[in-house]
Amino acid sequence: MVKSIQAQEQRTGLYLLLPALAVLLLVFAYPIGRSLWLGLFAQNLGTELQPVFIGLNNYIRIFGDGHFWQTFWITIRFTVLSVTLELLLGLGVALVLNQTFRGRSVVRTIAILPWALPTALIALGWTWIFNDQYGIANDILLRLGFISTGINWLGEAFTATLALIVADVWKTMPFISILLLAGLQSIPQDLYEAYAMEGASPWQSFWRITLPLLMPQIVIAVLFRFAQAFGIFDLMQVMTGGGPGGSTEVVALYIYANAMRYLDFGYASALIVVTFLLLVCVIALCSFVVSRSRQSSI
Amino acid sequence: MAILLESDSLSKHPSSVPKRRSLSLSNILFWCAVVAIVIFCLAPILWQVLTSFKVNEDIAAIPNIYFPTRLTLDHYIELFARRPFGRYILNSAFVSLTSTIACLIIGTPAAYALARSRPRGSYLIQLGILFVTLFPSILLLQGLLEIVQVLNLGNNYLALILPYTAMNLPLTILVMRSFFVQLPRDLEDAARVDGYNTWQMLVQILTPLTLPALVTTGILTFIAAWNEFIFALTFITEETMKTIPVASAQLGGSSVFEIPYGAIAAATVVGTTPLVILVLLFQKQIVQGLTSGAVKG
Repeated sequence: MVKSIQAQEQRTGLYLLLPALAVLLLVFAYPIGRSLWLGLFAQNLGTELQPVFIGLNNYIRIFGDGHFWQTFWITIRFTVLSVTLELLLGLGVALVLNQTFRGRSVVRTIAILPWALPTALIALGWTWIFNDQYGIANDILLRLGFISTGINWLGEAFTATLALIVADVWKTMPFISILLLAGLQSIPQDLYEAYAMEGASPWQSFWRITLPLLMPQIVIAVLFRFAQAFGIFDLMQVMTGGGPGGSTEVVALYIYANAMRYLDFGYASALIVVTFLLLVCVIALCSFVVSRSRQSSI
Repeated sequence: MAILLESDSLSKHPSSVPKRRSLSLSNILFWCAVVAIVIFCLAPILWQVLTSFKVNEDIAAIPNIYFPTRLTLDHYIELFARRPFGRYILNSAFVSLTSTIACLIIGTPAAYALARSRPRGSYLIQLGILFVTLFPSILLLQGLLEIVQVLNLGNNYLALILPYTAMNLPLTILVMRSFFVQLPRDLEDAARVDGYNTWQMLVQILTPLTLPALVTTGILTFIAAWNEFIFALTFITEETMKTIPVASAQLGGSSVFEIPYGAIAAATVVGTTPLVILVLLFQKQIVQGLTSGAVKG
């Protein structure tokens, strides 16, 4: 009797889960599975968009595709620089917001604002700020005397990358500071007091208590941000379109161009699979670190 | 850094007598940091707002004119009178609202099932759900495009509502699950004794209790749907059906040399205002949802 009630409850549970599972499978599993399959075919304008089985040739092509690896390194560089900067700034902001001071809740609200706004619109805003003729970035730097002539921000490879990183850090740093702030608030205060009693300076207790206990949140935040930054599309699409001269063309833009512009569906599928696998490796590595730091913090 | 940790103890012990902040160097540095955060977060937004109210001569002035010499609504009038920006806002609002509601309707029962009846494979399902939150949209685009073409959903809002619902399901399920786990079981037991089945119980008894969590996840879903770009760019090509981020990004002048900076600034203001209002109203819920979604998950 008890068993049948349990069995019945499990069945109801399954029914409750089914719609969600169906939607998730359709939107996440199908496209990835489809790319795995289509990656073994040539389906492009050359084959009149008919799939022709070519085995692993698409993957061999990726190996020798300098253009892909260029976009790959551009993406890695952007991701690592952005996420590192965000982490450092986000930690600083979280430490400040963790204090009691007058107007804290207002400052907290302001500090999450950038996160909530659409990247595409933010990108338009930063494009205007970095405009070579009328941009305020040049104006401020000129007035302060740091430069003597305006910089063509989005027209040079180095400065365009810099502008993109600034925009991305601005937009996503709040996400990291929210997560880290929650982590800071969960650290028991007694630890600091006990440690201070032993004569430790606040600087020491930051390194010995705050940072180690914050590690799980830091790793989770970095994991989320790494995955997002690695697949970033809208920021580059709006601000630089991948230019100048392909210097800010990230993997997502390259895949988009292959699928949507060159209609090279087979090759785009293989690119998706490779990107997916590279991402999975990074996620697995991070999850491993998370589970270890969780164990050690308990 | 030193001051931060020192005065940290105050925040946790409101009952203890707060030390009076002296006008020390560390205190000054602290307030500099606060001011820097506020300026960093607000300045780019304010610059758009200022630009959107300037006349074209002010916008193109060299050196820059920071505060408009005269205020104009021309750029906003252009958006709403000469371009269908009213329609774009409605489009975005419709797609975001519908997918938010769909997400809650589908996600809440699933979260409940994972929290309570735990059918076989729950653990794997949860792992899978966590995993897909890390998928970038670009990896799904081509496969979804096929589905859209097969089902003939091009230029149909369903082509956006379906992926937006799916993309936000993981967060909804994780946040709602952690909420259900915290609920005492007695209530459900009592309801069962009264003859409620699971579905009735969920709708009539638990949903009112979960309202705060529903609001939290609903807001996060709405924001994510409003902000989405790549699917909206690809699946909707009909001019009047576009959402506001895409329509704004495609604002152009009559020639390449004539970029309507003022109108673009006004468009960013129009497209971000609803979200600014949401953040002002629901700051606490947003923070809660983000932390419980990411950390507890």
